[in-house]
Amino acid sequence: MPPSTSSDLTLSVNGEKYTLTVDHRTTLLDALRERLDMTGTKKGCDQGQCGACTVLVDGRRSVSCLQLAVAAEGREITTIEGVAEGGELHPVQQAFLDLDGYQCGYCTPGQICSAIAVLEEHAAGWPSAATGDVRPEAGPPPLTPEEIRERMSGNLCRCGAYVSIVQAVARAAEAKEAAA
Amino acid sequence: MTTATRGAVGTAHTRVEGLDKVTGAARYAAEIPFAELAHGWLVLSTVARGRVRAVDAEAVLEMPGVLTVLHHHNAPRVDSDYIGLLGVPPDPTVALFQHDRVPHLGWPVALVVAETSEQAREAAETLVVHYDREPHDIAFSAGRESEAHALDGHAPAVVEKGDLADRLAESAVVVDAEYTTPEEYHNPMEPHAATARWEGGRLEVVDSNQGTSWVAGELANLFSLDPASVRVRSEHVGGGFGSKGVRAHQVAAVMAATLLQRPVRVVMTRRQMFSLAGYRSPTAQRVRLGADADGRLRALEHRSLSQTSAVHDFVEPSAAAGRAMYAADAHHTASRVVRLDVPTPTWMRAPGEAPGSFALESALDELAERCGVDPIELRLRNEPEVGPVSGLPFGSRNLIACFREGARRFGWAERDPRPGVRREGRWLLGTGTAAASFPVMAMPSTAAVTAEADGTFTVGINAADIGTGARTALTLVAADALDVPADRVRVRIGDSDLGPAMIAGGSTGTRSWSWAVRTAAEELRGSLVPGADIPPEGVTVRSNTAEAVGALAQKERHSYGAQFAEVAVDPTTGEVRVRRMLGVFAAGRIVNPLTARNQLVGGMVWGLSMALHEEAVRDRASGGVYGADLAGYHVAAHADVPHIEADWVDDPDPDDPVGIKGIGEVGIVGAAAAVANAVWHATGVRHRNLPIRPDRVLLAGGRA
Repeated sequence: MPPSTSSDLTLSVNGEKYTLTVDHRTTLLDALRERLDMTGTKKGCDQGQCGACTVLVDGRRSVSCLQLAVAAEGREITTIEGVAEGGELHPVQQAFLDLDGYQCGYCTPGQICSAIAVLEEHAAGWPSAATGDVRPEAGPPPLTPEEIRERMSGNLCRCGAYVSIVQAVARAAEAKEAAA
Repeated sequence: MTTATRGAVGTAHTRVEGLDKVTGAARYAAEIPFAELAHGWLVLSTVARGRVRAVDAEAVLEMPGVLTVLHHHNAPRVDSDYIGLLGVPPDPTVALFQHDRVPHLGWPVALVVAETSEQAREAAETLVVHYDREPHDIAFSAGRESEAHALDGHAPAVVEKGDLADRLAESAVVVDAEYTTPEEYHNPMEPHAATARWEGGRLEVVDSNQGTSWVAGELANLFSLDPASVRVRSEHVGGGFGSKGVRAHQVAAVMAATLLQRPVRVVMTRRQMFSLAGYRSPTAQRVRLGADADGRLRALEHRSLSQTSAVHDFVEPSAAAGRAMYAADAHHTASRVVRLDVPTPTWMRAPGEAPGSFALESALDELAERCGVDPIELRLRNEPEVGPVSGLPFGSRNLIACFREGARRFGWAERDPRPGVRREGRWLLGTGTAAASFPVMAMPSTAAVTAEADGTFTVGINAADIGTGARTALTLVAADALDVPADRVRVRIGDSDLGPAMIAGGSTGTRSWSWAVRTAAEELRGSLVPGADIPPEGVTVRSNTAEAVGALAQKERHSYGAQFAEVAVDPTTGEVRVRRMLGVFAAGRIVNPLTARNQLVGGMVWGLSMALHEEAVRDRASGGVYGADLAGYHVAAHADVPHIEADWVDDPDPDDPVGIKGIGEVGIVGAAAAVANAVWHATGVRHRNLPIRPDRVLLAGGRA
């Protein structure tokens, strides 16, 4: 008997459990889009170069096109459909909406998921290539436009809405700081 | 004509579909679910020229889930002998699987259809296709001009006024320079995707395109169908930039859906987009400017060479960029093409103007340097009274206002004109400027506006919102024409059943659609009796602007802009960083400042990307593009893009009911030249070949 080419697994997405049988070749991205009908996560290049498929895996941003669905079992996956809380847009979503941080909207879910993680990474003190003083004791660097640009560079926007995306991320950061 | 006086047009408004876009609820073409959906995967040629000898379909048909393999032996026949909505015959690439000839690498040779996309992909990659290979020729260079032919595209190929040799001979200063731009790819973030099915005797296609009237018409022609039996929908489109018309994916999906009698989806991969979705041809341009010592032009010559495929003529009309820009007694411009074994290029954001303005606006900067005249002053001295070649009056021409306002905001007056004298640590600093212009056109469209019984209004207009904000702009235009708040207006777009309308292209969409919407809305408003009940089915008024658009007097109608850039160049690494850009535009009435600013800035980002990053290099051995993906073809990313400002001067078009001109393309025009001129100002070295890569900066040296 040939070895099986599919597996049963349970994916945890946006706090819900989904049990499904997947072809072993199925990426997490395709499982979300084709099997769970969560099409908010976008396929821009399918090879990890554009960031449109960015989701949060156990709270950290990750390109879902480069992960197999079978490897995502046991992880907590958060997609664009799951970042709003209690009917309220996430502050990053609200800022993108208010400041026109997009044009065609296709890279937007990836940009937003990435930006949510950027704010967490920054708050946790992670430096970036744009950080002047990377000593741990220096603490989180100011979240300047240059820092935001560097940290968001894995997410391409061909419409060229970068200026308003950076403004939206900065506004969301201010909102987060004000709420803290 | 009157222009609207109420508040909606001209006031910032967030996108009406914005909530759907930030929550992931907006569904793009490949995201609409269909029962019994099958997945098609295109197989592309691995040779650049030759014939398909055999397709080994049998082995693949045995693979799990595979439903069919279409190729030139078994595919349905299509008719590609027609003229489409845009007045041109189709690129034969869309006449899929009709013969065994292969005219370029990445030519579609088969479609594998399977139950799942994984099965289709593996089968497509397994499919063995045998070729008789022939030598190919893909080498584009300025030296091929002798083999080229003049080709009229959307602009005439050759336009000549005055005696060029005489005017050059009597000029005190002559600039004679050659410029090149590389192959450039649109790369919208959403890959081309279509799902086709037959439903109740009609062909339905859910697609990602720039105009469903256009694509439906092409499909009806190709498959010899009654146009009324074809419906194409395209509600949300993840970018287009000229690449999203009729393409291989729709045709393949229709063929397979017809044979299998079930819905079939075909999505291009990112790599496939590098041979199936069109691109901007490389250009080799020569500009000769003859001027008096004070910079007044006597002669302007602009010759451009671009490439096309062996099977279809398309010209990048770069030489047309200056025809309506600068006065000169002798004005000679010519765009030519050379046929090579490459895919057919197509319209890409500001076709002609984008590469053409790089050459012309760089040459003007060189002339300013030679004459010792400020680059802005040089342009002011060459302002024409009427169309320099056409003799036609201008509609509205506010280029000077753009330069004055831009210079003030950018701080141009403090600029030291000497190159290579500003240093900041490892960086050499410089600033540059260039002019922008883009033609203003309107095309016939139809619209329907309905007063609903509940007091709201529904607008049906077959527009495409490819990220332009058209859906929102049309909502504001309708609200003003109906004299109601915008939240009482709902706009439906992206469905060929709404009736014929212009595509999103040529910066004509919002102008053409607004005209039709406003016409219907005003008539509806005039026909409604205040206080009277609206019947349950509503009251609908339809418009067709064909007559009004056709009655427009001939004029030189253009939008304008002044581009400014500041760059830093590291002469030891060759790195060029753009530090800031400013664009001030005269681009008609701005309907929605929030989205308009974003779109104009987006165009400038394209100019930055064109100046420094974008370059597809064709491999002479294989005939294909090296690194045909978003890693090998770099488009500007967040870290490449500084703060960029776009603004505008008051410039309502006097001949448009809303005053609109169009803003989709003027933002890229001149932007690359402004960056290149700034690099000269920083280093003292002219870069006439794009992109300005680090190795080019290093090899060119400089005054470091």
